[in-house]
Amino acid sequence: MTEAALAEGSVGAAAAPARAGNKQLDLRVLLGLVLPVGLALGWEAAVRFGLAQGRLVPPPSRILQTFAELARSGELSTHVWATLWRVAVGFGLGAAGGILLGALSGISDTSRRLLDPTLQALRAIPSIAWVPLFILWLGIFEASKVALIAVGVFFPVYLGVAGAIMSVDRKLVEVGRVFRLSRSAQVRRILLPAILPETIIALRSGLGLGFMFVVAAEFMGASEGLGYLLVDGQQMGKPDRILAAIIAFALLGKLADAILVAATRPLLRWQDVSRERL
Amino acid sequence: MLVLDRLSKTYADGTAALSNVSLQVRPGEIVALIGGSGCGKTTALRLIAGLDRPSAGAVRLDDELVVEPHPAIGIVFQEPRLLPWHTVADNVGFGLMDRPAAERREIVAHALERVGLAEHAHRWPKELSGGQQQRVAIARSFVTRPKVLLLDEPFSALDAFTRASLHEHLFRLWDETRPTVLVVTHDVSEAVTLADRVVVMRPKPGRVDDELDLGLARPRDRMSAAVEVATRRVLAALDRSLKPVQNRPAGGPAGNALWW
Ligand SMILES: Nc1ncnc2c1ncn2[C@@H]1O[C@H](COP(=O)(O)OP(=O)(O)OP(=O)(O)O)[C@@H](O)[C@H]1O
Ligand SMILES: [Mg+2]
Repeated sequence: MTEAALAEGSVGAAAAPARAGNKQLDLRVLLGLVLPVGLALGWEAAVRFGLAQGRLVPPPSRILQTFAELARSGELSTHVWATLWRVAVGFGLGAAGGILLGALSGISDTSRRLLDPTLQALRAIPSIAWVPLFILWLGIFEASKVALIAVGVFFPVYLGVAGAIMSVDRKLVEVGRVFRLSRSAQVRRILLPAILPETIIALRSGLGLGFMFVVAAEFMGASEGLGYLLVDGQQMGKPDRILAAIIAFALLGKLADAILVAATRPLLRWQDVSRERL
Repeated sequence: MLVLDRLSKTYADGTAALSNVSLQVRPGEIVALIGGSGCGKTTALRLIAGLDRPSAGAVRLDDELVVEPHPAIGIVFQEPRLLPWHTVADNVGFGLMDRPAAERREIVAHALERVGLAEHAHRWPKELSGGQQQRVAIARSFVTRPKVLLLDEPFSALDAFTRASLHEHLFRLWDETRPTVLVVTHDVSEAVTLADRVVVMRPKPGRVDDELDLGLARPRDRMSAAVEVATRRVLAALDRSLKPVQNRPAGGPAGNALWW
């Protein structure tokens, strides 16, 4: 990033105005909680009072209990780390490839004409369809799983980066030309900052897809990982384990996204957005 | 001396935006370009700035051919075009990145002082008003001390009061280094306030219709009889240039392959 975007911190005067609407916002948030909390409590009560068995749909207390047991026994952290490792490696590879090829496609017409048709054709294939081939090529273990995740991450990042470069404001590019910036200075001082917001959004959707594909990857014969926990719960007839794994997925996904957002926010303080990002 | 020598520009779609425009501007002279919409004023400035190539003819600055952006030629666009990811100070210093940081800071601080924005140095462009942003753009174009400064309707989006105060700021900056200034405007009173000479253009194809030497002393009193007479002369010339022509909206310039 440019030194200017990183330095000069204390400008936050614009952050205050949202305060006034807070109380109203709280009420609206509470309204959104009514349905899920109500259903959960209702189901809990129904099972408690013997109106339902709760064998296929365990009550919330049992799910939490299972979750706690999994966490205590260390089983949960084994699975979480296995999943996180696969997502991290797959995301890293897919994002790196997406940024690289996206940059090529966005920057030069020739390489776009060369690359884009093929990549668009490949994109039309549902990623899961690669699974049998990846297993044949890369074996049943980690490599094929990571490859599937990387493919899932690659496309949104590629599209986002290429699109961001192509839509850089011509007017700002001209400012760079008027001041006779060198090519590398143009990239550093105009291109990179201009594409940063869209690139981050592309990385976020890539990360989301990474979590989606890790489940698919772990369905195909894993011995650990949250996806394995899902399959295991099904085969053992333990819906509480399945739901505990789902909760873990939700937490992990949200956490990873939040980290990505928090890590990049300082780079985007200059942005003139209509509201704070989601 | 800035010389436009039989300058012509025909766009790829066949639009003859400029045809045979010749003009000479002395060092330190302020020339206003006026004329109806679509008569090639922006096109002319873009050719001088080296952002586009002429179809025929040439732009010369002190006998040097201008075919690409020239270090001694600066331009202020109709929009401020500040880089949103740079603070106000870094925007002003945008053309000075090859200078040592201390020197840059000093020049920037001085320029911001001159346009009355010293206390806004560390804010983001999004936190400024339109008029303040345009002042930053003007400061940015002055800090590189260009010999020629091109202004493309820099104040057209602003109210009359802000505009008058920007004329002041502009004039103060101009007075320090006395660059040649070529300013496009739709506003006759702006032309008369700023310019030594007014060039009236006419569209289809864009060409020079008339040139008026105002011969007004500085500083100018906008209420004086001399200014009033000059204003009437310019209005009359503008009227003549507009007579047989119906206005056309100007098309936005297109450009692909921005990077490579
Ligand atoms: N990139 C372009 N491609 C094709 N035609 C263009 C392009 N840019 C401008 N033109 C045409 O050239 C002519 C002159 O345009 P120009 O922008 O120079 O006019 P102008 O005098 O600045 O007008 P205005 O006062 O409305 O800004 C117009 O007819 C316009 O439609
Ligand atoms: Mg114009």
